Order: sequence, then C-alpha cells, then structure tokens
Amino acid sequence: MSISTSAAAAAQMSLPVEPDAGSRRLNTAKALQEAIGSQMEKDPSVFVMGEDVAAYGGIFSSTTGLLERFGPERIIDTPISETAFIGLGIGAAVEGMRPIVELMFVDFFGVCMDQIYNHMAKIHYESGGNVRVPMVLMTAVGGGYSDGAQHSQTLWGTFAHLPGMKVVVPSNPYDAKGLMTAAIQSDDPVVYMFHKGVMGLAWMAKNKRSIGAVPEEDYVVPIGKAKVVREGTDVSIVTLSLSVHHSLDVAEKLEEEGINVEVLDLRSLVPLDREAVIATAAKTGRVIVVDEDYQSFGLSGEIAATITEHDPALLKHFSRVCVPDVPIPYAHELEYAVLPTAARIEAAVRKAATA
Amino acid sequence: MTTETTEVAKDLSAAQRQELLRQMILIRTFEAAILREYHADKSPGFDIGKGLIPGEMHLSAGQEPVAAGLCAHLESGDALTATHRPHHLAIAKGMNLRALAGEIFGRESGLGHGRGGHMHLFDPATHFSCSGIVAEGFPAALGQAFAFQRAGTRNIAVAVAGEGAANAGPFHECLNLAALWKLPVIFVIEDNDWGISVHRSASTSVPSNAVRAAGYGMPGVRVENNDVEAVHAAVGEAVVRARAGNGPSLIEIHTLRLWGHFEGDAQGYRPELAEVPDRDPIPAYEKQLRDAGILTDADLAEMTAWAGTQVDDAVEHAKAAPTPNPAEALKYVFVEGAQS
Repeated sequence: MSISTSAAAAAQMSLPVEPDAGSRRLNTAKALQEAIGSQMEKDPSVFVMGEDVAAYGGIFSSTTGLLERFGPERIIDTPISETAFIGLGIGAAVEGMRPIVELMFVDFFGVCMDQIYNHMAKIHYESGGNVRVPMVLMTAVGGGYSDGAQHSQTLWGTFAHLPGMKVVVPSNPYDAKGLMTAAIQSDDPVVYMFHKGVMGLAWMAKNKRSIGAVPEEDYVVPIGKAKVVREGTDVSIVTLSLSVHHSLDVAEKLEEEGINVEVLDLRSLVPLDREAVIATAAKTGRVIVVDEDYQSFGLSGEIAATITEHDPALLKHFSRVCVPDVPIPYAHELEYAVLPTAARIEAAVRKAATA
Repeated sequence: MTTETTEVAKDLSAAQRQELLRQMILIRTFEAAILREYHADKSPGFDIGKGLIPGEMHLSAGQEPVAAGLCAHLESGDALTATHRPHHLAIAKGMNLRALAGEIFGRESGLGHGRGGHMHLFDPATHFSCSGIVAEGFPAALGQAFAFQRAGTRNIAVAVAGEGAANAGPFHECLNLAALWKLPVIFVIEDNDWGISVHRSASTSVPSNAVRAAGYGMPGVRVENNDVEAVHAAVGEAVVRARAGNGPSLIEIHTLRLWGHFEGDAQGYRPELAEVPDRDPIPAYEKQLRDAGILTDADLAEMTAWAGTQVDDAVEHAKAAPTPNPAEALKYVFVEGAQS
C-alpha cells in the first residue's frame, strides 16, 4: 500500500547519524543503565517499574544504580503482578508519561500477554491515531546457562509477529545505549530485548564482545536500521543478539582459511531492515540465518521470504542455524546441542561456501 | 469494611435527580436507535457480518443507573475504562455522540476512524477507553490514576467491569496493587447476573463481590435494586476518598441486562426472561420522581424530545459520513513521522 511505502521513505530520509564510538569502554549493562539514567535526567515523565528493579538493580543489571540516583518514586519495585503493572504502564503512557517497564524474563509473557499484544500494541491503531502509548517494555532473553525451558527462550519472533509494537534486540554496548535512547524517545511502544549473555555480567560466562566503546553523549541508534558489522564477499550471516558474537568469532576464524564472511546484525526486528537483508543477499548470494529463536514459523523463514519475494534468483544458498523446535533443555550437553553455537555456525558456513 | 448501601441519598436536589433521569433517557434512546439500525438490514435470516452496523453488538439497556449515578461525579479529566458493553458509560462520561455513532457504524468520522469498533473506543477528550477482553480494562485505569497522582492533580480513574470479571486474575492483581500504592481508583462491578449464559451463582464463590474488597484492605459496598440514587451515593463516597488521596474503593452494583448478551442472543437460558421488562429501571425512576412531585408530563416530554434530537443527529451524521479508505487500512499501526 502506498501509505507504508511513503512512510518508510520519509523515515529513511530522517534517520539520525550514529556518532563515532570513541575510546571509552563499557559493558552492555552499563551502557543500558547510562541511556536510562540520561533520559530520566532530561525527562521527568520517564520512570522505571518492574520486579526487583530498585534495590536489586534488575536481576540482569539493567537498572543498577538508578535507585540511588532517582529514588523510589521513579525506580519502582512492583508486586509479582505482571498484568497489573504492565497495564499500569500502558495507562500511564496513555496519559503522557514514558514508562520503562521490565518483564524480568521474556518467558514470563504468558501471564501478561493480553496487556502487551491486545492493549499496548493495538491502542494506537484502534484509536485511529488519537491515543499514543510511548512505553518501553524491557525484557531479558536467551539461554546458555542451564536455566531450563521456562527461563531460556528468546521469543522475539513471537513479539515481532504481532502488529503494533516495535522490537529491538541490541548485541553490543553501543547499540544497547543508542537503541534504549531511541526506545524511550519513541512515541510507539517498543519491546527492548536484551540477551543476558551480551550484558557482561560477572556471574555468567565471560564474553569479550560484551564490552565495547560507547560515546558519553546521548545518541540514537535508529529503530529499524540493521548494520553490517563485518564486510565479506563469500557468505552472508544474517543474525542478531548474542549470535552476532558467535558469528563474528566464526568469521574471524574462517578468514584465515580464505573464507570471507559478511555479518549483518539486524538490531531491530520491527521494523525489519529488509533493504539491508536484500543487499547482503545480492552481494554474496549465500545466506545463513543464525537465530536463537525456535526455527519454524519465525525470523529465519521471514528472512528467506524477504529475499525470495524480492528476487528468487538472488540465492545460490540459503540455510539456517536456529533452535530446533524443542523446549530448551536443562543439561548443559543437551542445551548446547540445540543452541546456535559457533561450531554449528562454522559447519553451516563451510557448507555454504562450497555451494 | 463491607457494608450494604441501599439507602437513598437524601441530599440530591430536584435538578440533580432530573439530570440522572435525563442521562438515563439519553442512553436508552441511543441504544434503541443502535438496536434499530443494527437489525434493519441483517435479514433475510440473521447475518452478523452484514449491514450498516456489522459485527457483535453488546447493548447496555437496563444498566443506565450505573452510568448515570457514577458519571454524575466525574470530571472530564477523570479517566474511565469500560468493557465490551461500553455505550452507557461513554455517553454518561460525555463522549461526543457523533464520534461514538461514527465508530459504531465503522465510518471515517468515528473516534477511531473505523479501526476500533464498538468494543474499542478511545477518547482522549473524556479519558474514556474500553477493552473487549474481560477484566483487562482494569490495569490501564491504574496507570491513569498513577499518572494523575504523580502530576498532583485531583483527577481519579474508574475501572468498570461485569461480575464475571471479578473471577479473573487481573481484577485481583489490580485491587492489590491499587491498594498497595493508594492509587486514586474506583473499581465498579456491574453485576447483571449473567456472564453471557452463565448465572453468577454458577461462577462466583461469594454472594457479593463487595466482600472481596476486604482481602485487599479497601472499602467494599454493594448497591442493590439497580437504584440510580443509591449508585450516586455509593460512588460519591468513593470519589471523595479517592480525590482525598485515601486510596481505592470497590463498588458492586446489582443491575439488569435488559436485552441479550449480544444482539441475536435468544436468551433461552434465562428462566426469568418474561419478567425482565418489568424490572426496567427507567419507568421505575420516572414513577419515583413523579411520586416525589418533581417530574411532570411536560418535563418528560422535553427530555425525550431532547434525547431524540441528540441521537437522531448522531445517527444521521454517522450514516452520511464516508467509509474509511481501504487503501489506508495500514494507517495508524505506528505513529507516522515519529522519530525512529
């Protein structure tokens, strides 16, 4: 429809410029906290609400130090009542506040999804544009540390499937700060999904890519804009979140063997940067989607459809490295058999490179 | 903390009592017009998706005392969240009738430009909203109350739902949170006896939902007999409490679903069906005011004519308004032109 095309074109023209990263290094958690703190200083309508966000600082350190700076009036612990407090955020947003509401684990959406997809995501449309819901729903995703089937999912494809909410998934400190700033400033509801494995938490496996350069000043990473995080010519990996790290590790390793891998970090799922997906497919003709979500009916299929709807002749190879359709297992050996590990990605790239 | 409040308020003036009746007549006139238009072109047979007003239609006839008695206390800046059966509350809250009718008819002139429909009405001017999902309208009211509290205004939020909603999780989560944070909220349960076809005796473990308020440390009252003045009195106390910063209240009102759950409902499950029209609250209140010497034939004729004029204007305006442009079906998913 013409309206969406023109709106997309207008959005493209007005995209803010992302500043140079500079030399100051932070982990992802600190970069995220910095974005929230800075926006809270500038805008008194911003507040944070959720389970254990105050004295604890968020179970995955999304809000560390904010209680001390802003006090309990703006950094607010809630009862374990996700429907009530997510809906409270919606009502406050409707009245002009800018809530950041944390759903501790995305896996818990089952107890409150009605507020998210039937209310937060639909009010603007149902109201014919008369009521805005400028709210951030922040949530931790992902596995890899034996937390079992109810605390290890990513589920971003589920949220991205349902219309009316933007979905962003940062993989590194720079994007974490810029996307959170964009999410808080957005007049649309934004689901902000951070992987526990990219936060740089002291109590999880060390990850060198969870620390990176972050500008001190405020900046926005545009929602809906993917980024080529490694240029390559032989095979394209389209991926996001922690899988970006694994994909870069594999790309660096295979470079020594002369296999040249491009890595596209989607950064946002809604809106999806389809132009960037098509561009990398056109460049290499060999596309692998690496996705820590369940394989069927999700992101990986959407990437394939995006490319083939544009030009079915673009692809010489397409494959995917996802979580097969199974609950995330508890035992380490089983969990790592289903996660998109570096070993699985490497095998997929080797196969693609010879296709 | 639970008490029975069925006593008629003594301090209502004649003008206030006439105004309650006037609101009830306006609501009934509107619902009767929607009923007429809804069924005008569903035949032959009954095709729910056909006609000038397609889809499910939940009309509020019989529940006017709730809306009139409640909204008499509310200011335009107060918020109200309603249910799948929202018209009486929308009208009493002051919603523009043309915008309401336009949305029901699915026209570009409607509140949501035809994107919402009669169960999804959002009106920033009156801070009115509703949800088609049972009990899921409660949480937003908490957030509106929270915003009012933080802004230091005297505004309050009212969350209205049926007796069936009091058995759903959000009701209990929200009563706890509202009481914990002393939010300026009033929870109003419209007990019309029926959750579609299931009688409250088959769904609810207590004879009055008002007793459930005690579990959350707030006052709870039940208003019997669908009595608009008793509603007015009970809500008045809760409004004073909320505006004073003393926290939420729960009020259950025993009301009446005069018609079916939705249009097309034959109500074969309802044993008292033949007697339902005898319990219509509007003729009863007319008689009460006549007996009290504050309503004449001329007064009633004037109110009826006034309501007819308002409603006819709204319906005619809706029918004359353009239908939405199909090429704009994707418009309003997101805020256009907004940053990122």
